[in-house]
Amino acid sequence: MEKLINEFSNHIHVSNLAEATVLEVENLKTYFFVKQGVVKAVDDFSFSLKSGDKLAIVGESGCGKSMTALSVLRLVPNPPGRIVSGSIKLDGKDLLQMSESEMRNIRGNRISMIFQEPMTSLNPVLSIAQQIGEALILHQKLSDKDAFDRSVELLKLVKIPEPLRRAREYPHQLSGGMRQRVMTAMALACNPQVLLADEPTTALDVTIQAQILDLIMELQDRLGTAVVLITHDLGVVAETSERVIVMYGGRKVEEANVNDIFAMPLHPYTQGLLAAVPKLTTLSGKESYSKRLQEIPGIVPALVNLPDACTFAPRCAFATDICRHEYPPYTNISSSHKVACWHVAKVC
Amino acid sequence: MMSTANEVGKSSSKIDLSPEKKVSEFNEELSLAGANVHTKVGMIFFLTKRYPLGFLGLFLVFLFIFVALFAPYLTTQDPLTTNPAISLAAPSIDHPMGADFMGRDLFSRVIFGARTSLAVAFGATILGVFFGVLIGLASGYLGGWVDLVLQRLIDILQSLPTLILAMAMAAALGPSLFNTIIAIAIPKFPSIARVIRSSTLSLREMSFVEAARAMGMSDLRIVFRHIFPNTLAPLIVLATAGLGSAILVEASLSFLGLGVPEPHPSWGRMLSESASEYVRTAPWLVLFPGAAITVAVFGANLLGDALRDIFDPRQRTAN
Repeated sequence: MEKLINEFSNHIHVSNLAEATVLEVENLKTYFFVKQGVVKAVDDFSFSLKSGDKLAIVGESGCGKSMTALSVLRLVPNPPGRIVSGSIKLDGKDLLQMSESEMRNIRGNRISMIFQEPMTSLNPVLSIAQQIGEALILHQKLSDKDAFDRSVELLKLVKIPEPLRRAREYPHQLSGGMRQRVMTAMALACNPQVLLADEPTTALDVTIQAQILDLIMELQDRLGTAVVLITHDLGVVAETSERVIVMYGGRKVEEANVNDIFAMPLHPYTQGLLAAVPKLTTLSGKESYSKRLQEIPGIVPALVNLPDACTFAPRCAFATDICRHEYPPYTNISSSHKVACWHVAKVC
Repeated sequence: MMSTANEVGKSSSKIDLSPEKKVSEFNEELSLAGANVHTKVGMIFFLTKRYPLGFLGLFLVFLFIFVALFAPYLTTQDPLTTNPAISLAAPSIDHPMGADFMGRDLFSRVIFGARTSLAVAFGATILGVFFGVLIGLASGYLGGWVDLVLQRLIDILQSLPTLILAMAMAAALGPSLFNTIIAIAIPKFPSIARVIRSSTLSLREMSFVEAARAMGMSDLRIVFRHIFPNTLAPLIVLATAGLGSAILVEASLSFLGLGVPEPHPSWGRMLSESASEYVRTAPWLVLFPGAAITVAVFGANLLGDALRDIFDPRQRTAN
């Protein structure tokens, strides 16, 4: 096992050794042009990732989290979607300028993705080894035999018991947790620099969730991969990430270290999210036992033809005229804490 | 199809000691077989035990291929030589299946007919499947105007009844074995293309296709590696059912003088020529070619069902 890990570590790109920025996304705009108008799925979104970083992107369904990940891989369904502007730099090279075949070389090789549904993200008619081996055959030009052996090693790495037997089995013979482990093995097959995990645990029950997250984080520590964890579960964020981006209506509303987000949330939306999480004290404290959980009033706005204003304004208790007419600039609270709100002073 | 599947289950449970033991035993067998999945022989041996009826089908299909290949060595008389003395003779030791009205030995004609019928059946099916799959995959995966144009062409082809279209094609191309194959393949491919297209449409939205794209696969590789194998289950059933219908369409064409030209023996023409006139006076003229067609089609269907079970791993542990 140790040998295996060491061997893996040797493959890691040299740039990972230094604290270099691996992935830099700047002012990314991914719009969908539909009959009703323009949907700004991702609007003016920026983040950067150093090797070994653990970044979480949190937000409700439909806020653009998954589209951000798909944009990075340039897999936005087109039409109707299109990356309108911005840049996505991997080791300083802009992915948006690359040809489709150059891009195919990046996908699964240097940036890979773990999908949401382990049940349907594996091809039912290919064996586990064939599916893991595919990336290796494609990117590392391994022979079928070598790819098979490597797949078994990878299954061992993601702690699947009896890897040799499982390698020859088909997805329907595996449990949900095991399938997600297989997906993880597939994503890590080529030692990517960046791993995009799009809600990797939503379809799993809580104990398996914890196991999978532990696994991803453990492998990341050992392999030095930068991870972007996309989730709506703040509990998961607290356990696994170092940095958090809160997304709302396609935009980044707050970015901070994980401790700051929980200790000092500044955007009214972040505060609302945190207030909506049930706490042990709310549930067990005698007088507050019957108290309702706080919710954020209203619903997520439809993203069609949004005005150039704060997207959260209609649901915000602090909203004033300026909020409804102009999108707030980012206020730097500290070097690592940014928030987009006109009323930061009032809110804290 | 369901009944065949049940029969397969029943007959294999006869071999096993108890039904409860079956599942675990099968898994054990699978893992044992897993050790030699790479050796194809081990896999075939294992599958034979698992699908006895499918094996029967395979045997029948091989039997007919064998008969077709070695026809001259299996017969003593020329299928084309006429002998007025034995016109409409009943089956005897010299002529095990009797003779037709022109005094040709029916046994030889049935044996040699296997060549014609199977060449047409396999040729037309393979050709039809090839074009049907290509068009279906392109139409379903690419969508847009490619889909629109291809589907309208298929609409035109499908608006004509199979036999009429085959007749028109055969008449236009002229009677010969190869032209008959083309004439039967052309009406066959639209239905295959439709089925493949509809599975492709739903498959391309599956997240494993997106995952494959995220892994850096090209569209061509995704189509052939990920989508095509998932369409095999319906395709194999369609293709094997098509084997039988190709034999029948060939028979109809030959009967109308548009198929394989006389005097080459064809089961279908033997059957259709004799059915109206000699069915009462010389029933063997109908029975033997008919039995040959039935057994060939039956064998192909049994094989098709078993192949579907084997190629679709989801159905493998289902029963």
